Amino acid sequence: MDLNTITAIARPRMRDELPPWTTGDAWLAGGTWLFSEPQVHLNRLIDLAALKWPALTITTKGLSIAATCTIAELDALACPPDWLAAPLINQCCRAFLASFKIWKTATVGGNLCMSLPAGPMISLTAALDGVCTIWRPGGERQIGVADFVSGDQRNVLVPGELLRQIDIPVAALRRRTAFRQISLTPVGRSAALLIGSVYDDGRFVLTVTASTRRPIRLPFSRIPQAAELREAILQRIPDGLYHDDLHGKPDWRKAMTLRLAEEIRVECAGTA
Amino acid sequence: MNFEINGKSFTQTPRAGQCLRTFLRELGHFGVKKGCDAGDCGACSVMIDGEPVHSCLIPAFRAEGHAVTTIEGLASKEAPHPMQQAFLEAQAFQCGFCTAGMILTCASLNQAQRQDLGVALKGNICRCTGYRAIEDALDGRTNIESVAPGEAFGRSLPAPAGPEVVRGAARYTFDVEIEGLLHIKLARSPYPHARIRAIDKASALAVPGVRAVLTHADAPDRLFSTARHERAWMDPDDTRVLDDVVRFVGQKVAAIIAETEAAAEEGCRRLKVDYEIWPHVVDPEAAIASGAPVLHPDRRVENRVANAARNIVAEAHGEYGDVASALAQSAVTYEGTFTTHRVQHAALETHGGLAWIDEGVLNVRSSTQVPFLTRRALSELFDLPPDKVRVFCECVGGGFGGKQEMLVEDILALAALKTGRPVKLELTREEQFIATSTRHPMRVTVRAGADENGKLTALQLDVLSNTGAYGNHAGPVLFHACAESLGVYNCPNKKVDAVAAYTNTVPAGAFRGYGLPQGQFAVEATIDELARQLGLSPFEMRRRNIVRPGDPMLWPPDNGYHDVLYGSYGLDQCLDLVERAMQAATPATGLPPGWLVGEGIALTMIDTVPPDGHIADATIALRDDGGFELVVGTAEFGNGTSTVHRQIAATALGTSVDQIRLKQSDTAHGGHDTGAYGSTGTFVAGRATQAAAENLSIELKTFVAAAIGVEADACVLDSDSIVCGDKRLTFAQIVRSARAQGRRLAASGSSAGTPRSVAFNVQGFRVAVNPGTGEIRILKSVQAADAGRVANPMQCRGQVEGGVAQALGAALYEEMVIDTDGRVVNPRFRDYHLPSFADVPRTEVLFADTSDTLGPMGAKSMSESPYNPVAAALGNALRDAAGIRFTATPFKRDRLYPLLQAKLAAQGKDQLPR
Repeated sequence: MDLNTITAIARPRMRDELPPWTTGDAWLAGGTWLFSEPQVHLNRLIDLAALKWPALTITTKGLSIAATCTIAELDALACPPDWLAAPLINQCCRAFLASFKIWKTATVGGNLCMSLPAGPMISLTAALDGVCTIWRPGGERQIGVADFVSGDQRNVLVPGELLRQIDIPVAALRRRTAFRQISLTPVGRSAALLIGSVYDDGRFVLTVTASTRRPIRLPFSRIPQAAELREAILQRIPDGLYHDDLHGKPDWRKAMTLRLAEEIRVECAGTA
Repeated sequence: MNFEINGKSFTQTPRAGQCLRTFLRELGHFGVKKGCDAGDCGACSVMIDGEPVHSCLIPAFRAEGHAVTTIEGLASKEAPHPMQQAFLEAQAFQCGFCTAGMILTCASLNQAQRQDLGVALKGNICRCTGYRAIEDALDGRTNIESVAPGEAFGRSLPAPAGPEVVRGAARYTFDVEIEGLLHIKLARSPYPHARIRAIDKASALAVPGVRAVLTHADAPDRLFSTARHERAWMDPDDTRVLDDVVRFVGQKVAAIIAETEAAAEEGCRRLKVDYEIWPHVVDPEAAIASGAPVLHPDRRVENRVANAARNIVAEAHGEYGDVASALAQSAVTYEGTFTTHRVQHAALETHGGLAWIDEGVLNVRSSTQVPFLTRRALSELFDLPPDKVRVFCECVGGGFGGKQEMLVEDILALAALKTGRPVKLELTREEQFIATSTRHPMRVTVRAGADENGKLTALQLDVLSNTGAYGNHAGPVLFHACAESLGVYNCPNKKVDAVAAYTNTVPAGAFRGYGLPQGQFAVEATIDELARQLGLSPFEMRRRNIVRPGDPMLWPPDNGYHDVLYGSYGLDQCLDLVERAMQAATPATGLPPGWLVGEGIALTMIDTVPPDGHIADATIALRDDGGFELVVGTAEFGNGTSTVHRQIAATALGTSVDQIRLKQSDTAHGGHDTGAYGSTGTFVAGRATQAAAENLSIELKTFVAAAIGVEADACVLDSDSIVCGDKRLTFAQIVRSARAQGRRLAASGSSAGTPRSVAFNVQGFRVAVNPGTGEIRILKSVQAADAGRVANPMQCRGQVEGGVAQALGAALYEEMVIDTDGRVVNPRFRDYHLPSFADVPRTEVLFADTSDTLGPMGAKSMSESPYNPVAAALGNALRDAAGIRFTATPFKRDRLYPLLQAKLAAQGKDQLPR
């Protein structure tokens, strides 16, 4: 929709040209959320497109995803054959409520910064040990994705800070993964999205997203027994942490979390 | 900045925060539609460098240096794109508002995406079709027929607007350029109940570009109802154009009129309104309890408010026989309380319109189902003679009852009259949710009994309807919820206690089915429960109790209208058709173990016309070119009546539909038309067209017979000519000779909408439910419809499928949530889930073989009623599958799940299925 209070667009081409942050500014990545709701508190958009950050960079250390990388670009990534986690990328892209037409515009960084519980790029990068690089005036800092998102539509960014990229270590990309998702409707917004991943040495991590207000990572030294997994979820995720909105009641989200976790456990154990 | 749109390059500078959608529309590309303006519906889809995107989400400046293709640039008029041709041949549209975006998206799909259309099309909402016809287009199926002259009626002919619809050239409400247009934005109440102490306009007027601010001080001091009916007595006079009391969050408080939308929006934000906040009530039960805040204390019975002090706008009480003693003596009884929730029409074109004054005539172009009744209301409100007000519409992007309401035309008229300038008001999707109308949520308690032979002994309804802050449609919807629900069953003892309550919530109004879906959800569940107790099949139980020709169709209290007749009767056939279809072998479902499977049905009866008059005039004239011009008042909003009217006229005149040029829905054309509601577009308006065409046929024959000296009976109309024995005169020759005599060959016809007939539908479902998640899968859906002689089988099938889809949306997903402060929590599509391609199963549609003695050429209504039995049938199927009677819609997974788990636990089954 038209954002009629916007009077200026800044289009910096390099970091030095980023304008000093002032009240009423917003970073414009894909804009698919920004332009979907009235934003009457804003008067300037700082367009990140002209910075021309390379969308995806594969190195020996892993995968670097620019915040401005679109969902479609990520989905189309040709992964090295030893990245066993590759299918997870496509599974998470398909977990978007939005259609493929939005994937061409929406960005990975935008999804993280929106910090919706159902943000599937949060699920993906949290499950794969993603680390966020945040630019701040005169410097930068790093933080794990699971800690970057602090609640429903809340994250650690302070005004003026900019998410630059998410780095996925190659070790995480080589893990086997299992994915489960459920929503109130057949292709709707995720009410629970769980990812299990198994390390070479047998360790297992369950990442719970969408059902909880922020990502929860549950590590185990090996694939747990059913009761152990269940107990860990009940212990580590208090009822108050389950998300409550129109896309699923908390009790149901909790039940689906337990159910999908068990399915993941069985899948991972079965292929171990 | 340099842009390339549809192959043309030019330089232009969009506004900083402008999205591509409005940029394209301002450049005249009206095929780019606004459905939600938030990226959820896909109506604004365009291609950038050959890839489809939602143009409402793309900053306009980002299109710089890219090739943009809108529907207008997809192909030429002469050589349509194959996907446009496919949509025409499959007739994959109804109102056509989503079609341009749908075609662009479909045209871009690769083979892999075509294998999973549920995923590929999740970003394109069609509110009308139920998606089967769209799938047909993608599969290259042809659904249209070509027919010989005189044989149009009863055949699957295409919609006349089709070629324009698929090219994005069909003109909807806002698809017109007007010089010097002012824009209206409405300041709305943030409080559910308050009095306006003062409004300070100064800061709003100080915004550059703001031309006027209109408040209650500028509005006529008159009460009316936004509901439009032929008879004013049906609705209470409780509404002002702008009021000094606000009764729901979102009620309009002031109109800011400015040179741009941006200035009008800023004016709204700057307006200072001093509110005295009053206590509010949002729950209907609390509203009618003593001590509740009173919403309309000054309204009287003369205003048609039944009991203002108790917030009761309308009520009905009556009894035939003695229900209490009948229940006491019945072999089986059942009692249950059922609640239905608040849902929205979600027509893809929002409400709105344009108004201007031209040579002393107030012109209003709006998205309406009722141009003539809106003209009447404006004439009365503003003291203007009827001939000084013109209301009209061209294409309307969906209605479903939501546009049987005057929600914007009053402000448009006021603004045009006050400023003397052309004005535009286009509601946002959020405004649709918070400030137009919804279905009436209802709580229905049923008590019923039957004897050991399965004959009903007693049927009692206790209904509480929540009409919201104003009483538009409150009474008629309440009465209709009880009427045919009870009237379809023979039962010696019936009782009704029904109340519609005011609450401080967004008003409810007319919505497809008009109360019947709510009433039938309760009654059809009850019939099912009685059948279970007696060990009877749901079909047999109904056969033993349904009315048959000759049986009185009764519900207490007697409403005084006795003009409903059995013009035809196909309910028995509908039951047989569904029973046979449900018995037919179906492929293995491939369900994982543990899923519970069950079947259920529900029936519905609907009067083919609303009570107390529904009027339609039609005229038809022979044109100079030998074709015909047919003028009707009824509006086209995806209901398909434009197609049917041409079929009726062509059939009566022995010609082909391409000879009938249709003009419609414009008060300037003269005559009267009550409007396109109550499923009357075919049954009432079609009858007028038939009469006009038949009168013209006689006129033509008489004229020719006199000219050549034979009896009129010896003449027949044949394609483009009249044949009398061995003489053949073409219509073009006839019109020339008539003109030479100074004669115009024309005729008119009318229908008064009485007597009325009855139409029937039966819906059957086979469902599977997963008690481990609450997930429902519809394994089979079949609906039998008694539409009389079906005027256009393809379109009628589309109406049934679309009705089932819309009703499934309401039964499974859609829900407007209102918090304790009366605020709509989810006024956007991504939080109000409309059925997408993936959500709608295919429904087998079967027609009863009947022909109505009252309807045009044997046809009956069939646009609302397919909706009505769906939630009830689904509830009955779930009951059969899970052994649980779910008494509240919607049947969402998170609500079914705990009940399913409790049931399993009670049965000692803790082994959950996958």
